[in-house]
Amino acid sequence: MATAEAHIDVHAHDDHHDDHHEQSFISKYIFSMDHKMIAKQYLITGIIWAIIGAALSAIFRLQLGFPEADLGWLRPILGKWISAEGALDPEFYLALVTMHGTIMVFFVLTAGLSGTFSNFLIPLQIGARDMASGFMNMLSYWFFFIASVIMLISLFIETGPASGGWVVYPPLSALPQAMSGSGLGMTMWLVAMVFFIASSLLGGINYVSTVINLRTKGMTFSRLPLTIWAFFLTAVIGILSFPVLFAAALLLVFDRSFGTSFYLSEIYIQGEALPNVGGSPILYQHLFWFLGHPEVYIVLLPALGITSEIIATNSRKPIFGYKAMIISMMGITFLSFIVWAHHMFVSGLNPFLGSIFMFLTLIIAVPSAVKVFNYLTTLWKGNIIFTPAMLFSIGLVSVFISGGITGIFLGNSAIDIQLHDTYFVVAHFHLVMGAASSFGLLAGVYHWFPKMFGRMMDTKLGYIHFWLTFIGIYSVFFPMHYIGIAGFPRRYYSFTNFDAFSGFTDLNMFISIAAIATFIGQFIFLFNFFYSIFRGRKAPANPWNSTTLEWTTPRVPGHGNWPGEIPKVYRWPYDYSKPGAEEDFIPQTVPFSQTMESNLPHENDEIALEKEMEAEEIVVVDANKH
Amino acid sequence: MAENYKLVDAPVEQPLSMHPKKFALWLFIVTVVMIFAAFTSAHIVRQADGDWLIYDLPSMLWYTSGIIILSSVFMQWAYIAAKKDKLEQVKLALGITTILGILFLFGQLKAWEQMVDANVYFTGNPAGSFLYIFTGIHALHLISGVIYLIYMLISSLRNKVHSENMLNMEMSSTWWHFLGGLWIYLFIFLLLNH
Repeated sequence: MATAEAHIDVHAHDDHHDDHHEQSFISKYIFSMDHKMIAKQYLITGIIWAIIGAALSAIFRLQLGFPEADLGWLRPILGKWISAEGALDPEFYLALVTMHGTIMVFFVLTAGLSGTFSNFLIPLQIGARDMASGFMNMLSYWFFFIASVIMLISLFIETGPASGGWVVYPPLSALPQAMSGSGLGMTMWLVAMVFFIASSLLGGINYVSTVINLRTKGMTFSRLPLTIWAFFLTAVIGILSFPVLFAAALLLVFDRSFGTSFYLSEIYIQGEALPNVGGSPILYQHLFWFLGHPEVYIVLLPALGITSEIIATNSRKPIFGYKAMIISMMGITFLSFIVWAHHMFVSGLNPFLGSIFMFLTLIIAVPSAVKVFNYLTTLWKGNIIFTPAMLFSIGLVSVFISGGITGIFLGNSAIDIQLHDTYFVVAHFHLVMGAASSFGLLAGVYHWFPKMFGRMMDTKLGYIHFWLTFIGIYSVFFPMHYIGIAGFPRRYYSFTNFDAFSGFTDLNMFISIAAIATFIGQFIFLFNFFYSIFRGRKAPANPWNSTTLEWTTPRVPGHGNWPGEIPKVYRWPYDYSKPGAEEDFIPQTVPFSQTMESNLPHENDEIALEKEMEAEEIVVVDANKH
Repeated sequence: MAENYKLVDAPVEQPLSMHPKKFALWLFIVTVVMIFAAFTSAHIVRQADGDWLIYDLPSMLWYTSGIIILSSVFMQWAYIAAKKDKLEQVKLALGITTILGILFLFGQLKAWEQMVDANVYFTGNPAGSFLYIFTGIHALHLISGVIYLIYMLISSLRNKVHSENMLNMEMSSTWWHFLGGLWIYLFIFLLLNH
């Protein structure tokens, strides 16, 4: 290992050498290979996508809440999608729903969340100079960028973007005759997703090999912060599931453009038979949900990891059940691959298979509940410091519980017959996946902003932002449960055409107002974020008195992260408020030999190991000198 | 895609664990396995639905399978020779492997011609389409392998492939053996299920 460090130091020296030459603007900010800059690129791109995605939802909420309203004032943005009478075009409504889902799931909560924090935190928290491959990392961002550009352009083409729902089920998505969005818009959707998958895989391969190969001395797997465990398992899920989406998309491309019949069976359109024979649209659903379900955890796990870290730090307590947390994350990872058919209970699935998938689905409640209990018991009797990051983390636990409980309803194949494709489902996954992951993302930004930009975000604005968001999210999604139980299907353009179905007009209006207010509330965050980058109070190196390695770097870590040697790790990352210790936190870099007053009996045994480790190192360094 | 990790600037040597690039290659292999796992599962699911065209596998596939096994043998020879610093043997073995790889690709193309002659087209009943997908996507990956082999051949002609510089040799042989193994899996799968 010592040889490795010697090499790394030489490498770091080279980098330093480069700095003297002043990196050009392009190699520093655009085609950067530095993991911290790539993380910021992901974050900013993710934020832009979040604004677009949320704006789309604001538009379709206007339609759902105020179906009779004159939307003519939106014509400057939406152009011909607003009819002469000021009504939203029904096909474009479907496009809005589709693009909102695609953007939020893939571009914001996969790339924006995982891309930002895996990139930023993995090298900093495991003690590495950079990712295993800076070039692959750069490529990963730029593939994502290409995907972004294509997806963005598809919003503005004449036939409209993809409109078949974010799951793009064939035959709706496979036949351009089906709807205008299934033409060019769908093609661009598929092309963008191919680039997106390539980006995710490049990123994921990099994260996994960095965590496995580049940990600093002493950083064993049992000393990894839970954030890293979460990012690691997320990357593993991505590596195993995204190729399957790739395969599904590829077959769809062949069906659309080359006339094959993987998903298309005998279809008549306006009395004329299509040439396709013998395809199976259910096949697509199997392939899609084999990615689609793990994707939920790709989105959620990083947020849970971030929350573990923030809750432990701001409760000034060790995380409760460190090993249980890891085991439950592994359990979730494993189970995420064998539950996909619970999305297909009403697709004509064999009821016997349905009960198997129901059983497996309900098992996921166990590791999820373990995690929730561990968060609560970590908070229990802690010296809680309510930073905005902490509030968002506690908010995550809240929405994770209320959204997770409805998952138990939906996981039952019998109840699902009633609830499938209603607003109940929308409420469920927006709380447990959408809101929980967004809260994790926001918590992470508030918590690690000082390390990203060397400045603090404004706390008061953070509080206002949190309470607006928290109340807003519940006002939007809680009422949706009632609408769903009443049987209102999702993705419908309007419910007021028949008196029998206009019972929830008021509630829909309330949801729309709450949604738009929540959306506007996010601009407080945006202002805070961008203002603080340039004008925020300068941050100390370790503003939250945290134990993990990233806080041992300078205020703004340069290329190579640590100016000198990479610090060594001697203890787990959650030594907060240890009885006997002088301060209420002991960084991972402090050896047990220096904390005799707070050591537990078994930790005193570690001192001998520490000495051995150091003696060994001297021998190796000596050997290297020859 | 397969070449990405090749272009990477050399990361730091880690004596205690697998080289990061090699590890990344294994992870990439996992993703390729998942793609073909998806295709072959799709084949099984779709076949179980009935309405399935039965056709004869092109006889050419037997020959190409033989070629790919033979190429793996020569690849292994190149690897062992490089380890023993027998540079002339490395060049010869790598050259033969490359030629066999290209031959395999032509063989697959011939197999497609045989399919067309038997009136089984890319469009139409998915039974036939799946064969084109398996062979086509596999061939795309194999092309990346051939490019890697050509790169290795050029390095070996410059005497850069030897026991002190085995990383690329190890990675290219891993990749090539994997591609060969993948084809054998697909071929056996098709034999059993077509």
